[in-house]
Amino acid sequence: MDLEEAKEFKERCTQCAAVSWGLTDEGKYYCTSCHNVTERSKEVINTGDIPNTKIQAINRGLKRKRKFEKGWDWYVCEGFQQILYQQAEALKTLGVGPELKNEVLHNFWKRYLQKSKQAYCKNPVNTSKRKAMVLEDNPSHSDWDSEPDLLSDFSCPSFVESGTDSKPDGHTQKPFPISRTSQSASICSGSLDGVTYSLQKEKGIVKMTVPRTLALCYLSLLWQRETITLSDLLRFVEEGHIPYIHAFQRFPEEMKLYGRDKGIFAIESWPTYEDIYKKTIEIAKFLDLPRFPDITEDCYLHPNILCMKYLMEVNLPDEMNDLTCQVVKMTGIGEVDFLTFDPIAKMAKTVKYDVQAVAVIVVVLKLLFLLDDNLEWTLSNIAEKYNEKNKEDKPWFDFRKWYQVMKRSIDEKKQKWEEARAKYLWKREKPLYHSSIDKAVVYKRREMVVNLQKQFSTLVDSVPTVEKKRPSSFQFNWTEGDSTRTCFHGHGLQGILKKKGQSLTTKNSLYWLSTQKFCRSYCKHVTTYEESNFSRSYQFIINLFSFLLRIKTSSLHEEVSLIEKRLFKAKYSKTKKKSRSRKRRK
Amino acid sequence: MQAARWGTPPGTPGMSDFSEELVRSKTEDEQEESCMFSGTGMSFPWLQKHIETVATGGKKEKDFAQTTSACLSFIQEALLKHQWQQAAEYMHSYFQILEDSDSYKRQAAPEIIWKLGSEILFYHPKSNMETFNTFADRMKNIGVMNYLKISLQHALYLLHHGMFEDANRNLSHAETWRYGEKSASQEVLINLIQAYKGLLQYYTWSKNKMELSRLDKEDYAYNTAFQNMLSHSGKMSVNLCALIQTPGVWDPFVKSYVEMMEFYGDRDEAREVLNNYAYDEKFPSNPNAHIYLYNFLKREKAPREKLISVLKILYQIVPSHKLMLEFHRLLRKSEKEDHHKLALEVLFGVLDFAGCTKNITAWKYLAKYLRQTLMKNHLAWVQEEWNSRKNWWPGFHFSFFWAKTNWKEDKALACEKALVAGLLLGKGCRYFRYISKQDDQVIKKKIKQIKKSVKKYSIANPGL
Repeated sequence: MDLEEAKEFKERCTQCAAVSWGLTDEGKYYCTSCHNVTERSKEVINTGDIPNTKIQAINRGLKRKRKFEKGWDWYVCEGFQQILYQQAEALKTLGVGPELKNEVLHNFWKRYLQKSKQAYCKNPVNTSKRKAMVLEDNPSHSDWDSEPDLLSDFSCPSFVESGTDSKPDGHTQKPFPISRTSQSASICSGSLDGVTYSLQKEKGIVKMTVPRTLALCYLSLLWQRETITLSDLLRFVEEGHIPYIHAFQRFPEEMKLYGRDKGIFAIESWPTYEDIYKKTIEIAKFLDLPRFPDITEDCYLHPNILCMKYLMEVNLPDEMNDLTCQVVKMTGIGEVDFLTFDPIAKMAKTVKYDVQAVAVIVVVLKLLFLLDDNLEWTLSNIAEKYNEKNKEDKPWFDFRKWYQVMKRSIDEKKQKWEEARAKYLWKREKPLYHSSIDKAVVYKRREMVVNLQKQFSTLVDSVPTVEKKRPSSFQFNWTEGDSTRTCFHGHGLQGILKKKGQSLTTKNSLYWLSTQKFCRSYCKHVTTYEESNFSRSYQFIINLFSFLLRIKTSSLHEEVSLIEKRLFKAKYSKTKKKSRSRKRRK
Repeated sequence: MQAARWGTPPGTPGMSDFSEELVRSKTEDEQEESCMFSGTGMSFPWLQKHIETVATGGKKEKDFAQTTSACLSFIQEALLKHQWQQAAEYMHSYFQILEDSDSYKRQAAPEIIWKLGSEILFYHPKSNMETFNTFADRMKNIGVMNYLKISLQHALYLLHHGMFEDANRNLSHAETWRYGEKSASQEVLINLIQAYKGLLQYYTWSKNKMELSRLDKEDYAYNTAFQNMLSHSGKMSVNLCALIQTPGVWDPFVKSYVEMMEFYGDRDEAREVLNNYAYDEKFPSNPNAHIYLYNFLKREKAPREKLISVLKILYQIVPSHKLMLEFHRLLRKSEKEDHHKLALEVLFGVLDFAGCTKNITAWKYLAKYLRQTLMKNHLAWVQEEWNSRKNWWPGFHFSFFWAKTNWKEDKALACEKALVAGLLLGKGCRYFRYISKQDDQVIKKKIKQIKKSVKKYSIANPGL
């Protein structure tokens, strides 16, 4: 044991945090205060008696590299670019057309860099400060060339080239200055500008964050009018089909992350609908995007089609689709101008396509069954009797049966969802630390967790605890024949509708509004949703749909209220009288 | 539910306004929520906010925190239902709390993990000694503050499985463990660990003692065995000493220490320890402390006066203790009058407890002593005791039901109780009437005596 020799090892002991090391006979460091032996061993420096000096040199080289934790020089926005790249790739494997990645998202990103003055402009933020140094730093060019191109898969001109393109004089103006000198390597972050980036608070600039990468993805999906709604996108994130929480883990080995990078790239929450929705609008405005391509009746995002999709998803009869189309028509929410996103418009807003479609279904259910904890059951009794008598015919839709099937399925699903969330592993192989002092502790901690997990996994029978779900826009699967998963798609609505002259009307002629009045005061709430004020059936339906979309129940309730406001516009605008609801005609 | 009608306030804003407002209102909601979610149980809003800002970097509770706490409840639920398999599955995910960025939670985590994990490994069918040991060794080295606690519990686990040597080795390791400025709580733990080591040595020692008792004093082996014992006792007393000086309840340690001291004739040390254990006010009130002291003094043949004073304290703590009958005997034999009065009080006190209702000795003593007291014209003493009990003792002890049951189960008991009932309630009382009417040849004479006593001394007797 030699205390002198161990002096150069300066890290803190993982056990007692002292810096007092000795060397064991095997050349490993041990803590003299708590006798904890590390995995680290002293590298042989004195190699005088080793004949091959070349080996020695290589050894030293490697060692130095490790010591300074020196990877590539990279900028924070390159990190986001990495994440966007991964997300775009994942979307491609989900079946989204390649144009999304190669054209739309790429252009949005370029535009973002330009608008936020990071590249493609006269005085990029980063360059302006260090330009001189960079330009003189000629040897770095060779390094740049040898660097694996992060963006090689963006099919249009690669990042560097497009950077030069924008400069007509041909002078090499890199979008990101690359400096290899060790002074410029940031002490508090792996990226070059991690510290400045996290401190930067410029007005009018929307800073890129990990959640905002999803907003960008959603914007591209919307632009392409792809068949993925926002709730689908977020669900895929949660199910791990789209890189998000662990996205930084897949950065190239040489892109080191620590210090401030942690706050920028490490995410400990799943994205929420409202948040990403808000960020989508924000970014679209920031990018100053033109009006998006029209959403017409043949688009997936059109309420008629989405309603059909969700009717299938929640196992309601196909015949209800006629009614949803009627409601869509009467409320005018199927209009192109209403549906199409126009960020430059005075009041930029985009429709929550999925939430709205679901709200339409809720309204239709209310029209048909009233959902007052009474009528729906009476109608169910009638349907049940009819179905018993006429076993050969097309069955009438029985709300009670449907409720039983759905209740069981949704409870099961919710339970599984909660369990899966509880088992979610947030931390992965690459732990993030604040500074090099932390590093050993953080890595040690990681190792400990891995060991403990290894030990406990031997106690578990089935090896994969959470089976990986296949990505699907449907969460349920209804089949004919299985009594627990009875399929109601083919059931009829005859029991609920009646003929009146040439047309059909609903037997039920009553309606109640989810919200009696819209709050106009300063609290800014459109409505509040106090669950206990509403019928059990309504609560069930709202819970069911908001779970499917992973949104708050109050958001859906609000959307329902907004549809009702359009549907009964006449009543809303003029009446002071209280009047009974009118039947709707078909 | 809301009725089928609606009304709109005038000037309701348009749809687009709503969406905008909706967006804004959401952010405010989230901020509000963040104040409520910290779960630290603090009631100062500013402090809570402060703590949270430190913990989460000023943002609302992360899903990481939410899922790990959900995971914890799943583990607890599984443990409650003895689903060790599921518990282990969730445990696998729960370990990540050790990497929580919230340092409060991170520091509290090892102890929680140790408790849950050791419970799982103790019961899980696939677990074994080796797994448990590996787990314990790992957990000991996470953070500084858990080393001793876990070492001790690990040792207890090993003892539970009969691994005497391993447990001993474990304790020795823990004993020598030192960490810089160890806090006061750690010092107690070190004492405790040493004391447990002492207890293990006591175990060996008393095994040797047993062997010794089987050997002939002349035997060569006797000497070695004796030497052996001596060497153990020396270490043991050192190990135990520190702990039993610290305030606390250390029954097994005190008991074995005293036993050894007595064996080697160091009565003064033993007496001092016991006195200290019983009378030092820093120690929590502990009936056993007085019992040990009493037994020690009894062995020492201490004067009656001394014994009475020890038991007096025990009487105040546990009036139903079985030593109370012995206490009664001591008081009865005493010369002092107030001791005689106390002797009556003690008997009544014992019989106040449901667990003692069928204690024949107690009833016998009471019957005899009651009669004696009344004979000596101390009616006031009896009435003093009886006044507080006359409302409930008749139902509690002297009901018709009890008369029947006692007679059927234990005639001798029934007779004693009948005498007491008669003396206290008079011959009209149900219990007395039922027993006295019994026509039993064997105890005919006894019943006759009872009747006579009752007639003569009953406090309910208007003639007296």
